[in-house]
Amino acid sequence: MKFSIYRYNPEKDEKPYMQDYDVELQPTDRMLLDAILRIKAVDDSLGLRKSCREGVCGSDGMNINGKNGLACITPLKDLKEPVVLRPLPGLPVIRDLIVDMSQFFKQYNSIKPYLINDNPPPQKERLQSPEEREELNGLYECILCACCSTSCPSFWWNPDKFVGPAALLQAYRFIADTRDDATSERLDNLEDPYRLFRCHTIMNCADVCPKGLNPTEAIGKIKEQMVRRMV
Amino acid sequence: MVKRVVVGAHYGLRDWLLQRITAIVMAVYTVAFLVVVLPSLPMGFEDWRAGFAHPVVKISTLLFLLSAMLHAWVGVRDIFMDYIKPFGLRLFLQVVVILTLFVYALWAIQLLWSV
Repeated sequence: MKFSIYRYNPEKDEKPYMQDYDVELQPTDRMLLDAILRIKAVDDSLGLRKSCREGVCGSDGMNINGKNGLACITPLKDLKEPVVLRPLPGLPVIRDLIVDMSQFFKQYNSIKPYLINDNPPPQKERLQSPEEREELNGLYECILCACCSTSCPSFWWNPDKFVGPAALLQAYRFIADTRDDATSERLDNLEDPYRLFRCHTIMNCADVCPKGLNPTEAIGKIKEQMVRRMV
Repeated sequence: MVKRVVVGAHYGLRDWLLQRITAIVMAVYTVAFLVVVLPSLPMGFEDWRAGFAHPVVKISTLLFLLSAMLHAWVGVRDIFMDYIKPFGLRLFLQVVVILTLFVYALWAIQLLWSV
């Protein structure tokens, strides 16, 4: 199977280049990550991140034939040859397919991704009704692979100011949580022309999410909460 | 001055809402305009003049034009915020757009009430 992979080692290369590979697959190779590991067995200079190899850790996010996704859950049979692999767009490249995610996690940190509740905890646990718990479905599943934020043009143009789809989905996850007491502060934190309103509903985020989540919808719900608060 | 990334202007919701509401106003006017005008085509100069002499047409057209300008202001500012990085240039361009739209609004009033 033919591959064309983005290569860049800042210690050696003046600028990035695409390297072609032709690798023989085994019958057990089903996912793109299997094929990349075959390539790595031949050329161990190829750099990439991977860990769980089953779409849970979110390490192997990359740009596959122009669309962001996780290599470990992308079936080889669906890919057109040559398979063009590039690092996630918009983030600084450390080496080959490895990007510097600092900016992404800085934005994630800025939305305070943890439960804020100053009331003394009850004896056993803070309870929710099944309906209240239902609200968190489609939000808590995010694995922070950064496929969505790095496919968002608004995040490309203003990664230092726009929170980005992944972190906004997480922001809504805590706004929607009935056990969280900081809803108003969270909305204050986001009510900003750059932090939230750079989203122009392009919907690349929902298109690429490997977990099938919809950050655009969550962003819409944040705006809805703000409108409810204002009018 | 130290270069820092500053955010937290705490506005944006009103503009976002305004853009949606003005879009609805423009859509309703456009449909209403077509419903009224299409059946009575072809229209001569006198027909157009008689139509726009009616105060309801004047005011609804002005509402449409003001909506278009407010809508454009939010949209054009969004484009500047996305693509124009030097903040001095961004401020300058925003002022130019505001003044231009203001002149257009006054011009629209003058045109509509000259009929």
